Amino acid sequence: MTEESGKTASSPKTMYDKIWENHLVYQEPGDDSAILYIDQLLCHEVTSPQAFEGLRMAGRKVRHPDRVMAVQDHDVPTKDRDKPIADPIARKQIETLRANCKEFGIRLYDLFDIEQGVIHVVAPEQGHVRPGGTLTCGDSHTATHGAFGMIAMGTGTSEVEHVLATQTLRQKKMKQMRITIDGKLGRGVYAKDLILFVINKLTTAGGAGYAVEFAGEAIRSLSMEGRMTVCNMAIEMGARVGMIAPDETTFEYLRGRNFAPKGSEFDKAVEEWKKIVTEEGVVFDKEVRFDAADIQPLVTWGTNPAQSSPVTGNVPFPEDFENVEEQKMARNALEYMALEPGVPMTSIKLDWVFIGSCTNGRIEDFREAAAVLKGYKIADGVKAIAVPGSGLVKKQAEEEGLDKIFIDAGFEWRDPGCSMCLAMNPDRLQPGERCAGTSNRNFEGRMGKGGRTHLVSPAMAAVAAVKGRFFDVREWKFN
Amino acid sequence: MQAFIRHEGLVVPMDRSDIDTDQLVPKQFLKRVERSGFGKFLFFDRRYLNDEYEENPDFELNRPEYRGATILLARRNFGCGSSREHAPWAIADYGFRVILASSYADIFYNNSFKNGYLPIALPEETIEELFQREAKYRPYKLNVDLERLVISDAYGLNLSFAVDDFRRECLMNGWDDVGLTLRFEDKIIEYEKARGIE
Repeated sequence: MTEESGKTASSPKTMYDKIWENHLVYQEPGDDSAILYIDQLLCHEVTSPQAFEGLRMAGRKVRHPDRVMAVQDHDVPTKDRDKPIADPIARKQIETLRANCKEFGIRLYDLFDIEQGVIHVVAPEQGHVRPGGTLTCGDSHTATHGAFGMIAMGTGTSEVEHVLATQTLRQKKMKQMRITIDGKLGRGVYAKDLILFVINKLTTAGGAGYAVEFAGEAIRSLSMEGRMTVCNMAIEMGARVGMIAPDETTFEYLRGRNFAPKGSEFDKAVEEWKKIVTEEGVVFDKEVRFDAADIQPLVTWGTNPAQSSPVTGNVPFPEDFENVEEQKMARNALEYMALEPGVPMTSIKLDWVFIGSCTNGRIEDFREAAAVLKGYKIADGVKAIAVPGSGLVKKQAEEEGLDKIFIDAGFEWRDPGCSMCLAMNPDRLQPGERCAGTSNRNFEGRMGKGGRTHLVSPAMAAVAAVKGRFFDVREWKFN
Repeated sequence: MQAFIRHEGLVVPMDRSDIDTDQLVPKQFLKRVERSGFGKFLFFDRRYLNDEYEENPDFELNRPEYRGATILLARRNFGCGSSREHAPWAIADYGFRVILASSYADIFYNNSFKNGYLPIALPEETIEELFQREAKYRPYKLNVDLERLVISDAYGLNLSFAVDDFRRECLMNGWDDVGLTLRFEDKIIEYEKARGIE
């Protein structure tokens, strides 16, 4: 149950408070849940079919088709797109989304459109996000868009249907936490390391029940790509919402995007967007502070994203953990991951490297990985795929010649989609195979039954591909 | 949605934290376009030895003493990870009516109430006590009363629990969320008019 914070109308407000108030449609007296307006809904093929079916069964329409967009991403093949999709069930799901979009008049970025890609890469790229707005999607990584200063959250399919039918969601106001990262990230330390560090400190449930605002110099210094990486993984510490205040970096990213306001409308919008930031003197339910100087390149060794060690460290001993429950989780994880406690992280050998996903599938991620790979070949026995987050990321990378660097190094250069991050398409590990991935989840079986996933930054993944094992990117000799 | 007022059933203990939705329903079963029939995929990777659905005899749900269990007892952060509602669909379709854990992931918790079963959060000590009682009194049944907000057993246990009023009312009546919100459609129209949304 949320505690009353005792705020009055004149108390300083957080960004979350302001967006909440601006979107409050109705709250019955005495009811702690409210009807909240949702500005934008994103749909993909996996969590939407049953929602559209629900509408049809109830004889309901989509309230605002122009506030919904859809992409096929989870199931799609990342090669041989010209051939029919081999998996008949995946094909049916992809075709179902196409048919539903047509029936209800919803904009679909289709498999064969250049704009198609991972939904959380496509939505910002096309300008479907707005500082100060609300956005939902049937996908837990929807928190990504909080990077623009919006309440963006994942829901189940019933709530996809609810937003389709009513353009609202019934919500209880969340508790609020601010995570401040002071100082600057060191060379070779990236947004991915920052968020893995925070999750490690707060645990996988540390953010449950909270809307989190990320703040501080290290966050302000990040590009939009980096900010999206951070907010994307808020859910991995249990927080449905992760937000960053909009600033010039945000406005510059949005300027000129397809669905962003144009001309003088844009300038007017910017003035409004500037007003939504958290005010001085506000009291959060919880405040956490870290120093960026303490963050090193991290590698996960376990089966949840909180279980990580610096690349210079060792695989931990279960007994190192304070409480019995964590010891048990570590033991289970090490058994699944087939790792010996106490061995250096740099001794872990890899079969696969995957660069892509809604966490790290944007242009900056491919630039960082390509900078490492330039002039190198990947290690014998390592299979490596680079999967751009969208057709436009792919095109941009090709215009910059990055695709050649990946291909020359021995990577496969694929078409956009969620790919090995959740292995719903043919890109997956065989039992016992070990992968360094730039994605967001190292759960058991996530990349394929029996597969073992280590989460890292794109630069660390590229270094690992060349070495065939983990290696500290800060020691890398760049060509 | 199936209404929930009270339920008595057999408890199956699953002594784990962080039971994520990938474990509850692995990705290969997310490609269906229907809502029904997910029960047989629940815990697929641990429940079956192979793709032919040959049961793993060591897995809790397959043990003879837990056949027919309708109350699942687990530890912390139940349902973390993906937002897939396929996980709640599988839990409901398998026949579970109650989950007892010390905490839940928000999205999963929220999704549960739309699928006719009741997730209850209890303090870690209470969860530990339930694990001990289950071991002592096996086969162990609990009675969960959503109307009175009480959990009881045949051995003197009497625990109260909390659920927010709105969710409790919806679950006790089996109400459909969209229908409930549309009772306030005039408020939505008012909101949209004030902002020039057409």
